[in-house]
Amino acid sequence: MIWNSLRLYFRYASISFRSQMEYRTSFFLRSIAQFTITGMEFLGLAALFLRFGHIDGWTLPQVGLFYGIVSVAFAIAEAIPRGFDVFPNLVKSGDFDRILIRPRSPALQILGQEFQLVRVGRFLQGMLVLLWSAGRLEIEWTSSAILLIAFSIVGGACLFSGLFILGAAICFWTIESIEIVNCLTYGGVETAQFPLSIYRPWFRSFFTFVVPLATINYFPVQAILNLEGTSGGKLISWISPLAGLLFLLACLQLWRVGVRHYTSTGS
Amino acid sequence: MLLQYRAAAVAGVVTQIFWGIVRTMIFDAFYRSSSGSQPLTHDQTLTYIWLGQAMLLLTMLNVDADVAAMIRNGSVAYEMTRPVDLYTLWFSRALSGRAAPLMMRSIPILVIAALFFGLSAPISMMAGTLFLLSAAMSLLTAAALIALMTVSLLWTISGEGISRLVPGVVFILSGIMVPLPLLPGWAQRLSEILPFRGLIDTPFRIYLGEFHGASAALALLFQFAWLVMLVVAGRLALTRGTRRLVVQGG
Amino acid sequence: MNQITVEELTKTFRVARRAPGLWGSVKGLVKREYQDVRALDRISFSIGGGELVGYIGPNGAGKSTTVKVLSGILVPDSGHVMALGKIPWRDRVHYVGRIGVVFGQRTQLWWDLPILESFDLLRDIYSVPEEKYRANRDALIEMLDLGSFLHVTVRQLSLGQRMRCEIAASLLHDPELLFLDEPTIGLDAVSKLVVREFITTLNRQRGVTVILTTHDMEDIEALCRRVMVIGDGKLLSDGTLSDLRASVTTERWLTVDLAEGVPFTAVLDGDARLIKSEGRRFCLAFDPKQVAAAELIARIARSCPVQDLFVENPPIEAIIARLYSQQKLQ
Repeated sequence: MIWNSLRLYFRYASISFRSQMEYRTSFFLRSIAQFTITGMEFLGLAALFLRFGHIDGWTLPQVGLFYGIVSVAFAIAEAIPRGFDVFPNLVKSGDFDRILIRPRSPALQILGQEFQLVRVGRFLQGMLVLLWSAGRLEIEWTSSAILLIAFSIVGGACLFSGLFILGAAICFWTIESIEIVNCLTYGGVETAQFPLSIYRPWFRSFFTFVVPLATINYFPVQAILNLEGTSGGKLISWISPLAGLLFLLACLQLWRVGVRHYTSTGS
Repeated sequence: MLLQYRAAAVAGVVTQIFWGIVRTMIFDAFYRSSSGSQPLTHDQTLTYIWLGQAMLLLTMLNVDADVAAMIRNGSVAYEMTRPVDLYTLWFSRALSGRAAPLMMRSIPILVIAALFFGLSAPISMMAGTLFLLSAAMSLLTAAALIALMTVSLLWTISGEGISRLVPGVVFILSGIMVPLPLLPGWAQRLSEILPFRGLIDTPFRIYLGEFHGASAALALLFQFAWLVMLVVAGRLALTRGTRRLVVQGG
Repeated sequence: MNQITVEELTKTFRVARRAPGLWGSVKGLVKREYQDVRALDRISFSIGGGELVGYIGPNGAGKSTTVKVLSGILVPDSGHVMALGKIPWRDRVHYVGRIGVVFGQRTQLWWDLPILESFDLLRDIYSVPEEKYRANRDALIEMLDLGSFLHVTVRQLSLGQRMRCEIAASLLHDPELLFLDEPTIGLDAVSKLVVREFITTLNRQRGVTVILTTHDMEDIEALCRRVMVIGDGKLLSDGTLSDLRASVTTERWLTVDLAEGVPFTAVLDGDARLIKSEGRRFCLAFDPKQVAAAELIARIARSCPVQDLFVENPPIEAIIARLYSQQKLQ
């Protein structure tokens, strides 16, 4: 059953891929533009470090780890569950019925609507930052550390995907408040680019317990950098990206409730 | 219709206040990490940031999607047969598309920022007045840039390339991401020969008093000069572009 | 054995009502006023396997709501529905795999994909075994004459071509039950005939149950032996077309063409009434029980020079309209 769904997803993805490749030059231009914009962002960051030296004790390469993980995770989330981001149009135009009439989970169908390859621009940029930072830092890159980074990226991608799904689910009840979720998504990216410790306590709590941004890069990176004061000890840091996955599952559940609501009230 | 605007504006205000808060905290952390003196004081930076959030729309330089589609599928040819000057049309479209939302967002953001987040008042009445003048020119400059980008689409591929790269460059060289005075020297010099700082940095520095008297007048002059150049460039490009379109048949 | 059973189906929608004008919109921001719309009011009917049923009614009468409930994408407030042995909305994902739906206005295909690829994608979505898929697909391509534009994207097709593809697409997975919503809307005359003939064949030869919702009375008269009329959420009529006609009125219509420029001067004396006139053509409605057609014709011919005439049943639209207004009066 899962295999069947995966196969269907890959079919969707390949169709999406091919149709994007048709406009090849446009694709390259947009990817390069993405790469440039995100690249500029990091350069701006670097300029600030040039001027201020460090931020609350964190150096540029250290911040680079945080930044890189979030960037790559977000790029993945922007590429894959893109359909959820544009979901409001679907509901407004009544085309969601067309999805319900098919014998597959609506979430899977929406997931398959679009696979935005263009996000590779941000993906590459994030990777580059990660690699650069990793090189500059004087730490031992054990396989478990690398695995933790990968795990954090996956957890982050799950978390951001969850936010997109959350935004789409809210559309079942009201068209308006999707902006708030956008706020959290894009704002969350900017927030997590820096270590969470620099923010005020209330802000930190929100992004640890409500939208578990802290778990996908702050705790893991602390573990990697072998720093003192990692709350809860090493183990927590290592499994914290799991919170991203749990968040995603919670959002998916809300989505299902939303679909049920839609079918009982019509459009 | 007005109410739809309102909903979008409210949402925009919330988002930008959020960003403003995040940025404030980031710069708070930076400033407490370094005891040396900086080109802008902590308070000045905070003011700069909040002014930036209020005027953020001026840095969102994207071509109107409808117009882009029209150019791409060739129906712009019909527009050209009408007794309307295309450049004026596109310019006013860009202008009106930004003026109203800008008003609706900037005022609440400025009020809230002044009350809660440390946005300080302009350094003097003179500075405040000149700021408004400069900000008005920023709006016009933004429209002129968009108009120029729209015209560049007549050259499809290369035009698209330009239109895609501009936002990234604007992002850093206008001062919206990092206040220009805080960027390294070479970046500042680069920004001086480009029009983008006229969008954000120039009015803000006037507000803060960094430019005053003669330097303010010079900065305003620069803004104006760039505005004129952009409009002229836009019109010239349009003439050549339409000629090209007619020759090639769209 | 009934394939579909519907008992006392009821569905009410809560619609936000906005007072007109600017002030109304402002008020609407503060307090939302709601209005309850009864889309379905205790509807009951049953449909046997292999039937071809027409489902007609004015806009907003509840046709699409019924179809949505029967397709499992809308949950009713009360009532009992059984289709293909299941409650449609309970087990939606499995149920919809056995039905086909064609929306006249909206496409089920992918705009930027060639038709054949859309079909392939549907095969994967419906998990149709490869051999069955190929057999179905090829048969449908032949029956609906799709061969010449299989590699064209939906975007580039004409409406007639697109409709034929939609119908084919809805049948690739061998559904036992097919919902057609306005399948001939906007089609040219030839395409309409092709589609109608296909539906007839589908129903007669392959035994697919078809429920046809449409405004096109020609479709109804050509295809459906059984017609259900819905108005204001209530089922107004359920039976054959002639039953429907008879239940509403026994009226017949007489149309006469007079000579050019001649006014209509026959005295009708209440035996008939003039419904409409266009130039030299005059249309009268009369009750054959009250006055025989022949007598009416003779009476008219005595006063006016009749050049041509014909007698017919009132068109179905008129019947429906009459039925509808009768129901409203109750």
